[in-house]
Amino acid sequence: MTQLALVIDLNVCVGCHACVTSCKEWNTSGWAGPLTDHRPYDKDPTGTFFNRVQTFEVGEFPKTETVHFPKSCLHCEEPPCVPVCPTGASYKREDNGVVLVDYDKCIGCKYCSWACPYGMREIDEHQKVMKKCTLCIDRITNETLPEAERKPACVLACPTSARLFGDVHDPDSEVSMAIREQGGYQLMPEWGTKPANHYLPRRKTRIQIFEDELERANNPLRKEAPLPAAEGETLDDVSF
Amino acid sequence: MHPAFSVIFLTTLIGVGQGLFLALITGQVYSLANLLQPQDSVSFYAMGSALSLVFLVVGLFASFFHLGHPERAWRSAAKWRTSWLSREVIVLPVFMFLVAVYGAVHYFGLTKPLFVVQGVIEVDATLILGVLGAIAAFALYVCTAMIYASIKFIEEWHSPLTLINFTLFGLASGFMLAAAFSAWNGVDLVGFFGAWAVIFTFAAGVSRGLSLRRNRRLVHKSTLQTAIGIRHNQIEQKAQGFMGGSFNTREFFHGASIKTVRMVYWFFLIVVFVLPVLLLGASHWLVSPYLPVGLCRTVPGVAGRALVFLCGSETSAEPVLPVHGLRICCTACTNNSFIFL
Repeated sequence: MTQLALVIDLNVCVGCHACVTSCKEWNTSGWAGPLTDHRPYDKDPTGTFFNRVQTFEVGEFPKTETVHFPKSCLHCEEPPCVPVCPTGASYKREDNGVVLVDYDKCIGCKYCSWACPYGMREIDEHQKVMKKCTLCIDRITNETLPEAERKPACVLACPTSARLFGDVHDPDSEVSMAIREQGGYQLMPEWGTKPANHYLPRRKTRIQIFEDELERANNPLRKEAPLPAAEGETLDDVSF
Repeated sequence: MHPAFSVIFLTTLIGVGQGLFLALITGQVYSLANLLQPQDSVSFYAMGSALSLVFLVVGLFASFFHLGHPERAWRSAAKWRTSWLSREVIVLPVFMFLVAVYGAVHYFGLTKPLFVVQGVIEVDATLILGVLGAIAAFALYVCTAMIYASIKFIEEWHSPLTLINFTLFGLASGFMLAAAFSAWNGVDLVGFFGAWAVIFTFAAGVSRGLSLRRNRRLVHKSTLQTAIGIRHNQIEQKAQGFMGGSFNTREFFHGASIKTVRMVYWFFLIVVFVLPVLLLGASHWLVSPYLPVGLCRTVPGVAGRALVFLCGSETSAEPVLPVHGLRICCTACTNNSFIFL
């Protein structure tokens, strides 16, 4: 069975919010829209978003790391928000595992938002229904779009390719490989919700160079030719 | 938590309505067993049912105000297989129907025994309806409480104590209202209902105390570390990802100061548990079960339950860090002393 999901690489995310704005742009004018704003140019601006990027400082100054943390619906395999819905407006698609809200059935009782431990659902103050990330269901299932564009807006917008999209149940997919090989993890696994979205941890990449690797070990005279810079100006220095 | 006032009114008022109906049934069953004098069908049982129905109707009416789309409320009966909210939506009208029919049967005096069990117990239509209504009333307590108790992520609520609290507070306020109603009606049942009200209030006090203690000692399963999956002891949020608050900051944090919360905490403990019992004692001492005293006993019961819901029969009134998954992330950088109300 297919379970579409995002894999977000925290090692690569620079916190530029391009995913937030592209998500808002696509979804406010699409199937899941509008994502209304309140007081957008005033004091205390607020509004409905499917995706937000938060920033954390890990460690104690000066030995800190800044972690930008994009959060959106995790499309759990055991979504706790679905069974609590009294109307059946909240549902998980059988064919691709995306958790969605039927705006025509939602009564806006907010019970699903209480049941979501991740705080991923938001009521739209204008439409008075519960809204959440749809994984751009209107893009990814739209067969009139070219194959390469059948991805969520946030994935296409990410300038650092920190967001991967695919089927986490297919062991050969890009996302499954990333999870497997780069330590992908789920958020709050202790609740048994089995989030489909995964995160890739921060990791340090260091090249280890040993002294003997700087000079050729098989150089019989142990003598390297002088570097070009030592011989005065080269062609590279005078040309531009 | 920052629940809508309509939800508080709903759970409080229907709890009182259920309690009052259960009190009426208790009275009827006791009189059947010749432990109490039988009461007048019209002025006591029919009027009492009508009063109970008023509470249920007002509660139901209030509940519509927390919905984004009240016109679609009928849809909420659909998922009774999985959702306790849906079950409540079904049980509440069933209970209201039974209360109405019970009151109507009493009003029209259709109390001729239908059959006699073992030559002693005369079973009439009101008794059958009353027992069915009592079952529905308890089912409704369970449904209402399970809406909160079934959410395992809100660990303050996820406990059998939530169920016990809901039932006991409903019974306590319902029996107090029954005592006041008897006083107003001039019926000699004030002592009977009043005594039960005190017992239920005391029991509710014990279970409330237990849940407060449980919440104080609660060690939350989730931490900021598991919420974002970064294994480091020191994590500090620097940005929420928005400036003027979001649905999460409005819905899950009440924004009251610690001082206010402490005040509410003590206020409700006194108003709910101490004051009703003192007033009851005073009325007993004065030997005058007048209406004012009766009302004085009821009002704190009702108001108290509202406060109990607000600040904690279902949650903690103690400052609890909002260690609730990613919700921490929403406000951690602005205020880390918010609590769940």
